[in-house]
Amino acid sequence: MSSPCRSAVSLAALAVLTVAACDREEREPRGAPVGDSGPAAITQGTLYAGQPSPPGPSHREYEGNAYHISQGKQLYVWFNCGTCHANGGGDIGPPLMDDQWIYGGTLENIHATILQGRPNGMPSFRGKIPEQQVWEIAAYVRSLSGQTPKAASPGRSDSLNAKPDEQRMPREEPKGSSPGGPNLEGRQ
Amino acid sequence: MYTVGASAALEHQGRRRRCFGLNIPDAEAGADVVISRLTGAMVLVACALGAAVPAPAQDASAGKAIPAAAASPADDGNWVMPGKDYASTRYSAQDEINTGNVRDLQVAFTFSTGVERGHEAPPLVVGGTMYIVTPYPNRLFALDLTKPGAPLKWSFDPKPAASAQGVACCDYVNRGPAFADGRLFINTLDGQTIAVAAETGRELWRTQLGDINKGETITMAPLVVKGKVLVGNSGGEFGVRGWLTALDAGTGTIAWKAYSTGPDADVLIGPDYKPFYDKEKGKDLGVTSWPPDAWTIGGGTVWGWISYDPELNLIYHGTANPGPWNPEQRPGDNKWTGGIFARNPDTGQARWFYQVVPHDLYDHDAINELLLLDLPVNGAMRKTVVRPERNGYLYVLDRATGEVLSADPYAAINSSTGVDLKTGELAMVEAKAPKLGKVVRDICPTAPGAKDWNPSAFSPRTGLIYIPHMNLCMDWQSSEANYIAGTPYVGAEVRMFAGPGGHRGELSAWDPVKRAKAWSVKEDFPLWSGALTTAGDLLFYGTMEGWFKALDARTGEELWRFKTGSGIIGQPIAYRGPDGHEYVAVLSGVGGWAGAVVVGNLDPRDATAAKGFATAVADLKTKTTKGGMLYVFALPQRR
Ligand code: HEC
Repeated sequence: MSSPCRSAVSLAALAVLTVAACDREEREPRGAPVGDSGPAAITQGTLYAGQPSPPGPSHREYEGNAYHISQGKQLYVWFNCGTCHANGGGDIGPPLMDDQWIYGGTLENIHATILQGRPNGMPSFRGKIPEQQVWEIAAYVRSLSGQTPKAASPGRSDSLNAKPDEQRMPREEPKGSSPGGPNLEGRQ
Repeated sequence: MYTVGASAALEHQGRRRRCFGLNIPDAEAGADVVISRLTGAMVLVACALGAAVPAPAQDASAGKAIPAAAASPADDGNWVMPGKDYASTRYSAQDEINTGNVRDLQVAFTFSTGVERGHEAPPLVVGGTMYIVTPYPNRLFALDLTKPGAPLKWSFDPKPAASAQGVACCDYVNRGPAFADGRLFINTLDGQTIAVAAETGRELWRTQLGDINKGETITMAPLVVKGKVLVGNSGGEFGVRGWLTALDAGTGTIAWKAYSTGPDADVLIGPDYKPFYDKEKGKDLGVTSWPPDAWTIGGGTVWGWISYDPELNLIYHGTANPGPWNPEQRPGDNKWTGGIFARNPDTGQARWFYQVVPHDLYDHDAINELLLLDLPVNGAMRKTVVRPERNGYLYVLDRATGEVLSADPYAAINSSTGVDLKTGELAMVEAKAPKLGKVVRDICPTAPGAKDWNPSAFSPRTGLIYIPHMNLCMDWQSSEANYIAGTPYVGAEVRMFAGPGGHRGELSAWDPVKRAKAWSVKEDFPLWSGALTTAGDLLFYGTMEGWFKALDARTGEELWRFKTGSGIIGQPIAYRGPDGHEYVAVLSGVGGWAGAVVVGNLDPRDATAAKGFATAVADLKTKTTKGGMLYVFALPQRR
């Protein structure tokens, strides 16, 4: 039987992992924050002491860019996000295409979730995915619930057509538990 | 009805159609129940020349199946292990509640577990105390049955790691505790086995067995045999390497450990190993039937049921699916996944193995319950092990040798055509085999199978096996699975839907001697609860909407139903209380793979959510909500 299992897909992912693992070796001893995703830049609750802070530094270029989002879509598969979250409908992990966010639905929140992991079973990918790719994945996750501009969202899935394309997803209005989402970050 | 034209009309009870070694059972007519026939047309796809032939004469000598005597002692009113006895009959000899009075059954008391995930466990009852284990966080509660309202006697919180929730493929379930010699044994989601004193709830020992960072969890119910606690791992969707281990019940130290893949020494295959079929013979097949090193992440976990025959001194257990699901990534038979082992409980050494699904194509874990029954086959009584498999066939094997005596379809199948009893081979339908880059449509049964883990029950009074099962089919698209430790290793996208007829569940009463359905009842939702049968000639089971039902075990007529607070996926039991009266108990609390759409609040707009199960039961969200609650029922004068 011909074995298609050593395809470019897994090789590429392996390479990414290897490179990323080297990065970690260099970075970890100083414990430096990764990018600007440190605790200071991220809000996880919807309660503020005093006035709400202005939004953190923007990585909006990822959300408006069709190339980054389609890269993010590939990486979402390669890093096995889809094996726990399906094509956004959820499985072991919660759905990512709906209007509910436990840890926040902004680009920064999702970036932080991917790097830090979350206590009830979301693995930390810190040191495993290069910084720019984390932003790309986060932008793609945003497209799952229609948060990215239609023109930039992926239009056709190569899966068994399990759900409407990201482009055709109605924009979900993040509900109460979504810090900063609707008010500070969410609107285009 | 069969859609095979005139020959169907010629058929009557006791005859069956044979084609290429495949038997298609005929249903025996029952009075006032829906008689559901197998969709013969589907099975016959590859079998156009099938002709009706008279059944062998011995079928007429209607002997009855009985449970293996040494494995089914007289009922003492307790319920000390999930299967009720080592034969796994789930039969209670209590008969105070019976077909005549069951319509008066009422709630005696309830107890909230405070846990929202799927409750797959049975309560246990030992001498006036009831024990309940919850899904993650795996709390253990002891209720005092001697006092009014059964107040809490003690509770035990094992505090498993929260991260374990991320590596549980199909909800954070637990399938039950086990009791022996004054001790209770539970497994925790994060891979521990813990012993506590049954009287006080004091922890006696705990042994860490699994590593969640490799994707290992434990969800199965342990079984205690001859002072050893038998425990196996879960994680077949994470590229773990499956094993079954035996712990000393007194100390928790490991007595032996048998892997499901790898060299013979690891699998505990040695001089005792005498399989029936040639296909199970050879050196280190657990290595050589895989691409290089694939066996190290090849699955074959042992998360299902174990039975024990004290007379033959053999335990029986299954091994789950190989990983990843994408079969093209693992050419070969993928030993010793997808099969049944008989082992010596003292040493763990294998006696025989039968691979039900060599090179599994569809996630067909071979871990379902194993009923130890003695029954007439070709005129002679045989010691058998009977199992309704995920692949849709009900297998009867000689439990001393591993020979397949029969394998009959009990549900809609179009992905295989039958089992050759000479070679033990399962004949697959090429057109339904997954191929990379192709969507293969309408495969029956699905990945969770014609029937998943939820166990059947056997009544020695009726001679029938009561099988709670499903009627679903699926579309499948293979993809390249990528191994990253601690994340799933699957490589397939699946979408499920209702099978022929449109109903999604079915309760079939199966006669293992006639090799045919006696009667069956259709259910709207897939059945994910276990079955219980009693000497009152009753059959109990629950539905995913939350109905708890009592049927006449002889006819299938529904006699009573009660709506619980959530969907039922637990295992009902019956016991004799300290007051001498009969009680029936079940945990309500939807979840599991089938109920993930509710407990995980999944979005069924994505047909692949919950590995394809969410869309098939999307309407469940409008029928029930989550939450664990114990319900105990009794006749009214007893309260
Ligand atoms: C091993 C399974 C698993 C993998 C792999 C996984 N996740 Fe998760 N994810 C989870 C679980 C479980 C949670 C919920 C954690 C919690 O509630 O604490 C979660 C939570 C999240 C959240 C937060 C959702 C919210 O409502 O706030 C996001 C975003 C997310 N994951 C994205 C990803 C991305 C992107 C990837 C791939 C890089 C990924 N996940 C890989 C299991 C997984």
